[in-house]
Amino acid sequence: MKRNTRKPRPRAVETEARSRPAQQPRGKINAYFTHHLWVLVSSLGQLWRTPFSTLMTTAVIGIALALPAGLHVLLNNVQQLSSGWDDSAQVSLFIKQGVPEERIRSLADKLRDWDGVAEVRYISREQALAEFRELSGFGDALDSLAENPLPAVLVLRPTLTQAEPVPMEQLLERLRQLDAVDQAQLDMEWVRRLNGIIEVGKRGALLLGALLAMAILLVVGNTIRLTIYARREEIIITKLIGATNAFIRRPFLYTGFWYGLMGAIVAWLLVAVFLGLLSAPVSRLSSLYDSQFRLGGLDFITSLSLLLSGIFLGLVGSWLAVGRHLQAIEPT
Amino acid sequence: MIQFDNVSKRYPGGHEALSGVSFHIQPGEMAFLTGHSGAGKSSLLKLIALIERSSRGQVFVDGQNLSRLKGRHIPHLRRKIGIVFQSHNLLFDRTVFDNVALPLIIAGYHQSEVGRRVRAALDKVGLLNRDKAYPITLSGGEQQRVGIARAVVNRPPLLLADEPTGNLDPELSREIMGLFEEFNRVGVSVLIATHDHDLISRLDHRLLTLSGGRLVRDGRTGELAASA
Repeated sequence: MKRNTRKPRPRAVETEARSRPAQQPRGKINAYFTHHLWVLVSSLGQLWRTPFSTLMTTAVIGIALALPAGLHVLLNNVQQLSSGWDDSAQVSLFIKQGVPEERIRSLADKLRDWDGVAEVRYISREQALAEFRELSGFGDALDSLAENPLPAVLVLRPTLTQAEPVPMEQLLERLRQLDAVDQAQLDMEWVRRLNGIIEVGKRGALLLGALLAMAILLVVGNTIRLTIYARREEIIITKLIGATNAFIRRPFLYTGFWYGLMGAIVAWLLVAVFLGLLSAPVSRLSSLYDSQFRLGGLDFITSLSLLLSGIFLGLVGSWLAVGRHLQAIEPT
Repeated sequence: MIQFDNVSKRYPGGHEALSGVSFHIQPGEMAFLTGHSGAGKSSLLKLIALIERSSRGQVFVDGQNLSRLKGRHIPHLRRKIGIVFQSHNLLFDRTVFDNVALPLIIAGYHQSEVGRRVRAALDKVGLLNRDKAYPITLSGGEQQRVGIARAVVNRPPLLLADEPTGNLDPELSREIMGLFEEFNRVGVSVLIATHDHDLISRLDHRLLTLSGGRLVRDGRTGELAASA
């Protein structure tokens, strides 16, 4: 008697099969998006079910992304700091001995009209001596000299910034050719050198980023490859039922997307924590220098590009793995 | 529905699984395919579902010449064929409902349509109340019925079965065969590979017998008992 309950009941068969051949499924476009959303969520669910391996992969991606991102932020900060000094860049014109004061003053007036010169300040030999006596502490030694050894100086503040190194060179060259000028010296030459070093550092961060991006591709690709082989049976069955390659590819691509996104979030947190840990000592250091400098954090653009590059790398990595390994799995 | 024209299948290494097989199964016809293991039954089914391609000769399914079918069109061919496997081939990490729904999801059906059709298919095989169960908790016969529900949920015009009763006791086997006859009665073409002579001798359908890759007999199941 009990077996009767298990007996197949063919009631609905006739009406069901009459409506063949398979009519256009209703709302296909809508169903397509629903399906995408479903795969998006369910691939996240798959990752959630293996928290340890997901965490490991995400951490590797996060660290690999955090290195170039952190370096980039730090270099930006150094550049920020040094750009503050650009404004204080000045040219000291050491005037030849024996040039009368009137000529120096008229030269100063002339220079004020030049392009690229914002301000000219005259320091006479006497002023220079007084300043030196006050600051250096060698006052007594100076007294023993018969003559004031210091030249008169014109201090120029250029309107040009360090961002345009060529015009600055031209200005210096023009100044050096003046008759009365013994020597024209750009102070803060080292700011330019620092900027040069920053440029090298930025290029280095870019190259490091490229290398680590390749590492991320390999990590994601390998993880997806393992997932593909773990789900080999499922892939074969769905292929037999009529799944297209796009259908089978989809969950793996979304898995790559999640890895990339979560890795980027981990990287963002790592950089944020690092900057947080650095900001207090940096503030203390800069206050010792009477500076208002504060360590800048991850701005919106940097955060956005970090997230986007994480997602991009995750997708490309899984795409490469899927392209290579999915074709190889065919029902036999 | 299925037409074989002088079809041969030779595997790399020289083994010829099928040689010069020709037959034609009409739309709405039900036929059995029998023969000893290694006679070529599985190879023949694989050619129909384009799991493998013929080495010589031509296979037509629903008017389509399979030797001309490009790889990217294979999924669409397979959606027209419901396949029932001996090993059920169910996904064990998904419920009965999700297993049966898979062909519809693949074909891009709307959610509400999926639910309706899955319930109809499960009702047909008498497993409507087990839709939330996982396949591992079901008996062998129930698993096979889930496999059948999945094969017919998309209402394919052709149903293939490879040893569908291989692991089942005689009574369950008769139930399964009864199901196939139900589907055939409403117009589905059915081709069943089996070596269960006892079972098919009680039914009256076309019978194709393979031996050593050749089609040695094309008759009715009733003749089997007489000739044996």
